[in-house]
Amino acid sequence: MSPYRTIIGLEVHVQLLTRTKLFCGCSTKFGLPPNSATCPVCAGLPGALPVMNRMAFELALKAAMALNCQIASLTKWDRKNYFYPDLPKNYQISQYDLPFSKAGWLQIECPGGAKKIGIIRAHLEEDAGKMLHDEQGGGRDSLVDLNRTGVPLLEIVSQPDLRAPEEAKAYLEEMRLLLREIEVSDCEMQEGSLRCDANVNIHIPISPSPVASSFSREPTASADRIQPHGTPSALAAGSRLNVESTGAEGETFAATPIVEIKNLNSFRGVERALKYEAERQFQEYQQKLGSVWNVDPRSARNFAGSTVIPVQEKRNGSLVMVAKATAGWNEKRGVTEIQRRKEEAADYRYFPEPDLVPILIDSLMLEKARAGLGELPAAQRNRLQTEYGLSPYDASVLSSQGRAVVAYFEQTAGLSGDPKETSNWISNEVLQTLNDRKQQIREFAIPPASLAGLIQEVKSSGLNKQRAREVFAEMANSDATVKAALAKLGYQVVSDESQLREIVRRAVAANPKAVADFKKGKVKAADAIKGAVMRETKGMANTELVQRLLAEELDAV
Amino acid sequence: MNELTAAELLAAQVQGASALEITAAFLRTIHERDGSLNAFLHVDDEFALAQARAVDAKRKHGDLLGILAGVPVAVKDILCVAGQKTTCGSKILRDFIPPYDAHVITRLKQADAILLGKTNMDEFAMGSSTENSGFTITRNPWDLERTPGGSSGGSAAAVAAGLAPLGIGTDTGGSIRQPAALCGIVGFKPTYGRVSRFGVIAFGSSLDQVGPLAHNVYDAALLLEAIAGHDARDSTSVDRPVPAYSRGLDQLVKPLTVGIPREFFSDGLDAEVENAVRVALAEYQSQGAVLKEISLPHSSFAVAVYYLVATAEASSNLARYDGVHFGHRAEKFADLLDMVARSRGEGFGAEVKRRVMLGTYALSSGYVDAYYLKALKVRRLIKDDFDTAFRQCDVIAGPTTPTAAFKLGEKTGDPLAMYLSDIYTIGANLAGLPGISVPCGFTKNGLPIGLQLMAAPFEEGKLLQVARMFERATDWHNRRPKVQAPG
Ligand SMILES: [Zn+2]
Repeated sequence: MSPYRTIIGLEVHVQLLTRTKLFCGCSTKFGLPPNSATCPVCAGLPGALPVMNRMAFELALKAAMALNCQIASLTKWDRKNYFYPDLPKNYQISQYDLPFSKAGWLQIECPGGAKKIGIIRAHLEEDAGKMLHDEQGGGRDSLVDLNRTGVPLLEIVSQPDLRAPEEAKAYLEEMRLLLREIEVSDCEMQEGSLRCDANVNIHIPISPSPVASSFSREPTASADRIQPHGTPSALAAGSRLNVESTGAEGETFAATPIVEIKNLNSFRGVERALKYEAERQFQEYQQKLGSVWNVDPRSARNFAGSTVIPVQEKRNGSLVMVAKATAGWNEKRGVTEIQRRKEEAADYRYFPEPDLVPILIDSLMLEKARAGLGELPAAQRNRLQTEYGLSPYDASVLSSQGRAVVAYFEQTAGLSGDPKETSNWISNEVLQTLNDRKQQIREFAIPPASLAGLIQEVKSSGLNKQRAREVFAEMANSDATVKAALAKLGYQVVSDESQLREIVRRAVAANPKAVADFKKGKVKAADAIKGAVMRETKGMANTELVQRLLAEELDAV
Repeated sequence: MNELTAAELLAAQVQGASALEITAAFLRTIHERDGSLNAFLHVDDEFALAQARAVDAKRKHGDLLGILAGVPVAVKDILCVAGQKTTCGSKILRDFIPPYDAHVITRLKQADAILLGKTNMDEFAMGSSTENSGFTITRNPWDLERTPGGSSGGSAAAVAAGLAPLGIGTDTGGSIRQPAALCGIVGFKPTYGRVSRFGVIAFGSSLDQVGPLAHNVYDAALLLEAIAGHDARDSTSVDRPVPAYSRGLDQLVKPLTVGIPREFFSDGLDAEVENAVRVALAEYQSQGAVLKEISLPHSSFAVAVYYLVATAEASSNLARYDGVHFGHRAEKFADLLDMVARSRGEGFGAEVKRRVMLGTYALSSGYVDAYYLKALKVRRLIKDDFDTAFRQCDVIAGPTTPTAAFKLGEKTGDPLAMYLSDIYTIGANLAGLPGISVPCGFTKNGLPIGLQLMAAPFEEGKLLQVARMFERATDWHNRRPKVQAPG
């Protein structure tokens, strides 16, 4: 049992699958020569004006719907002002106080069952360029590549609802699956089409509760207030959850200052970084508590039904909140490196973008987006369980492979009449083969009808699993049907009862020790005799028949 | 030749005159007289003459000609012209050569107009006297010791002095109408969204609008017709058909109710200006119009609102001039921040710096509610005032400026006094309305006075007709200043 609980919120940026940029006609293709996909608009030349890419907005709408978000009927663009050389206009066109969507959720599968992770908001914005720092020249020259400038990004900010690094990873995997399935983003972390910043802190139980009541509460009216930009602090979310709080009855925790981890470039990295950071915060807490840090009950807040007291720092004789810090993840060393404390929030001087008109989202746009969604992974997993009787695990394995694999499963299961066996074959042999061959399911040599044929053959002829796998391999190699593969391998299942009984009798006679053990109650001892039968028949004996005959013969001894 | 209007130049070509001789005549006039005025920043004779030859060739071949064929136009240096210097009156863009044409330039080329050159302006259109130019001070052709107004002072002076028959300006708070009034010509600011802003270097994006400067209402209508219309590259450009403004211009608007805002005839209005405007209003009455006193109760806040909204937008629009990607870069600097700070410090003039600071402040956390956001709310009220007014009248009339042209240097030390010279024009920008200034008299010192007329959004046609009703009955628009070549 961990001595603390981990509180995680993720801020995910995904690049939308448009051919052109958000506000100009330049290509969004990855890996083009530096600055080749640029124009006066994305290079921010004087007099150039942005024009919204409708396709980008449609994709973003689809994503927000799939994330169960509330869609605004009117949304607008805002300018976020800051000076940086990769941002030629020195402002980013983003969305501030009227994002096109908010208040959604994403369902993830956790060891304890399905869990809904809240989405605070999802909004559209343009990407910045890439700085290329000349390390050899002692950092004297820096170059900038504007190909990425203006590429459409969807920023999705989660509630601090994730309670473990594993959950954060599961959230990202589910997000990727979902956005790939609805063809909104290819979510390639290596190419930067999915980026993730993680906000994390830990809650350490302190007892007995130093406070029984009288902690500050935000009025419930603030429950719906949107946090413009950035993942809100766990404390802000705590106030959001006041409404559902049960008051001071729950446990009391001390909360460490939130750290935002940047530079996360793999799902595995996210998980590792969060694990490391949570542990680091616990150690820091233990070191500093009582000396540098204090837990003052007067600053207690409510967080999801429990009482949380953020640690404070003693400064000039009074206690002050510890500012949120930014950390980088050093993949090589496997450590987070604290970069700076955000003592003062950056002032982005947001204001409505006067070069773009507000967008009215009508029912036609919503219908179009909804029609493009299809069945989403969470619903699909449920259906696989109810309609085909699959276990949650099996349903999840299939679903995680995407719609094409699920469709393959459904066709095969329909023809084979045995969904469970079909699921086993696909989860093991089919996926393994695809993986080995780096193939997609649509390129796979065995059509659903043939795989269904093999499953039925196994069932009816009693072909054993090992031989069945060989038949499968033959089918995958030569596009053969089950019959052709069996013939080619020279496999003929022996189902002749008298012939098999003769073989079984010989085996019983040749294994007196096993028979004796069996008679003493060692049921397993029969396996040795069965093995002998299989050797004799080169594995082609009808498994079920052998089972029955062996039972009869052993009875008769 | 250089005294002729655009309409007369078009007629002259039908009679046999060539675009080449017309263009050459205007270029000659520029070289003779502009030394006294400094209306132009760049004139490219060869470029202008080549365009003229092309128009003559088209005419010779019997090709279809644009509506401004062979008519020279002076363009404010805020509009991008591909391959030609576009400085926006700022040292920070001293050597900037855009790779594209502004939409208005494309339309002028399609209309077969002759682009004579680029005219002087207040830096980034921030000013009311053209004294804030990073390069030179333009003088008023009626009195060289006085300002032509601004920020489109170069284009206005060029037209008034006969250096070009037509001029293009931009109007963010009065920058077309005010210099037109001070130079004794017609200046027209269209409805926001009527003319594409693509390729117009931004000052206050929600206020900026391109429009014509001309000798008379007909020429202004013709030029507006050439440049107006939807452009997919400007999201705020409105997709509505463009009427043929120049046709039907002489149609009388009847019945006609002219709204007179009582707030426009109060403190600060020069007596001579007031008198000329009242005489103009009486002219409308004599033509059967009803004069109706109206109120624009929030107009006293217009200047304050404008200097928050425009500067806030400008602070963001001008952030791109950092020496990183284009424009002036300081030669010596310590690091990136220092490079940006020095480049901007060296490249921008005092007024631009003042407004960038003002706008940055208005948007800053802790102040944005009290300044920028409150200004947006009052802007809404100002718009509502106009909506209410236009339910009672067809046009609103009053002075364009509180005084005639002031002396150069008179207000440069007092920015607030300078800002007040736009007090009557700013409302149309905040509300997005079309507005026109037409000559309506002269002071006893011989300085022109302008009558301003405003109409509801997209009522350009009616507004031009009403302006023409006055112009036809008067002779002010035919007066020309005598500009001496520099001695
Ligand atoms: Zn581009």
